[in-house]
Amino acid sequence: MSNLLTVRNLKVTDLREQAEIIHGISFELKKNSCLGIVGESGSGKSMMAKAILGLTNPWLRREGTAKLSSEHSVLDLLQQDESMLRAIRRQRICMILQDAMSAFDPLEKIGSQLSETFIENKGICRSEARSMVLAALQMVNMSEPEQVLKKYSHQLSGGMLQRCMVATALAMKPDIIVADEPTTALDSINQRLVVEEFKQLRQETGTALIFISHDLGVVKHLADQLLVMRCGERVEYGDARSIFKNPQHEYTKYLIDSRLEMSKSFQKTMKRGAVIA
Amino acid sequence: MPNLIEIKNIEKSYLKASNNLGDTKVKVLKGVTFTIEEGLCVGLIGESGSGKSTLTRLILGLEKPGNGTILIECQPVRQWIKTNQGKMSVVFQDYTSSINPQYTVRETIEEPMRAMSHRGNLDDKIDVLLNKVSLSPDLRDRYPHELSGGQVQRICIARAISTNPKFIVLDEAISSLDVSVQTQVLKLLHKLQLEMKMTYLFVAHDLQAVAHLCNKIVFLYRGEIVEELMSGDLANAQNEYARSLLASVIPFEI
Repeated sequence: MSNLLTVRNLKVTDLREQAEIIHGISFELKKNSCLGIVGESGSGKSMMAKAILGLTNPWLRREGTAKLSSEHSVLDLLQQDESMLRAIRRQRICMILQDAMSAFDPLEKIGSQLSETFIENKGICRSEARSMVLAALQMVNMSEPEQVLKKYSHQLSGGMLQRCMVATALAMKPDIIVADEPTTALDSINQRLVVEEFKQLRQETGTALIFISHDLGVVKHLADQLLVMRCGERVEYGDARSIFKNPQHEYTKYLIDSRLEMSKSFQKTMKRGAVIA
Repeated sequence: MPNLIEIKNIEKSYLKASNNLGDTKVKVLKGVTFTIEEGLCVGLIGESGSGKSTLTRLILGLEKPGNGTILIECQPVRQWIKTNQGKMSVVFQDYTSSINPQYTVRETIEEPMRAMSHRGNLDDKIDVLLNKVSLSPDLRDRYPHELSGGQVQRICIARAISTNPKFIVLDEAISSLDVSVQTQVLKLLHKLQLEMKMTYLFVAHDLQAVAHLCNKIVFLYRGEIVEELMSGDLANAQNEYARSLLASVIPFEI
């Protein structure tokens, strides 16, 4: 399979302090696959995703290459101008932001914000967009989607806003979805649901997924490739299954062990119950 | 084990401003009844909007219930608080907004003790508390923005236990931390509970963390208690919501 996105030696430097934040990261994203990026907060996961999409602040200098290939051409995302990037971001790469609360305009109703995306990018009329939004919201199990459309962002919980964002990204069916901690604020039922939606979308449309999370359970469930980051450096990169089975680096081991400890007691009781039943 | 807190038939409604004239009431809690036994860690689990936070605010005495009673050691909440100052504490989810940014670590931890009219030099006590939450005493003169999220949350825990409370409410206290830090904080909470013989009410939406720490688990769904189980019996949940919640956990195994 061909590589959809090839990132080589990506560096991000803060020009104000001349401090390097991301120290030369390389990875590939194949078509119809999922790359999981894990690491603790402050390890540079989100920064890297934003750097690739050109969403970083102007005082951050980006170096390296990020080649996005399509059928006919190859584009280096780090060299494109703003209008080109905008076109790419709306049609080929969608991003689901981590902080759902600040991702929406507080002065506009959710409904018009969501349909705006479809009107702008698909060239459809308001009522068509509205029914698309409703369908998208139903897909992520939103209760009373009609009501949600009439509300402002401060009237919804973080989990609901997150689902709104996931719904729009899923409905746009882009080539790549970059999901930055999309399930952290959700309870386990909705988390499961969103994860299954991602899986299904991948099967149907071949969308590639970059899934950033600190929850190894979800990442293990979704990812084919795994990139472990610490302090802006690539600690480990490769096939997800083999890394989980046989982590090479101390830090990866530490992450896996601490996660295992957390789920241990839950698994134990559930298994014991299953035996009795 | 004697009951520390008895919650009977609690109802609570909030006014909701509607588009039309006149306000409508939304019932957040619809007759909630359960008990918290002394020395146990009780986990309260439910989706966002199920009324978890409302319930904790009522237990903490920050708001009055519409109907029903909450008794702590057989006394109404507010009366109990007056006679037992500093015996109930809370740790909130959002550590950045629950700590005064202009206070150093020392001042933060001192505040509840000063309020209980402890006078004089409390440095030794603060060192003991910092040790308890596995932080170095060197952090004493730092400000919150100079610490990591996990460290600030531990400062909040140190502040909560500074007055030797009997009962602590942990309202999503670990939800905004990394999984590796969550494990550390859970370990710490477990250790503290054994050391200081405290009772916890642990509010969360993450079942695995709840199962890890709690003895008893209460499921709250749309303002009602739908299931109450000891954590060892989780697999025997009867209620449909509780079962689907349990089934949807994405496990982590190797």
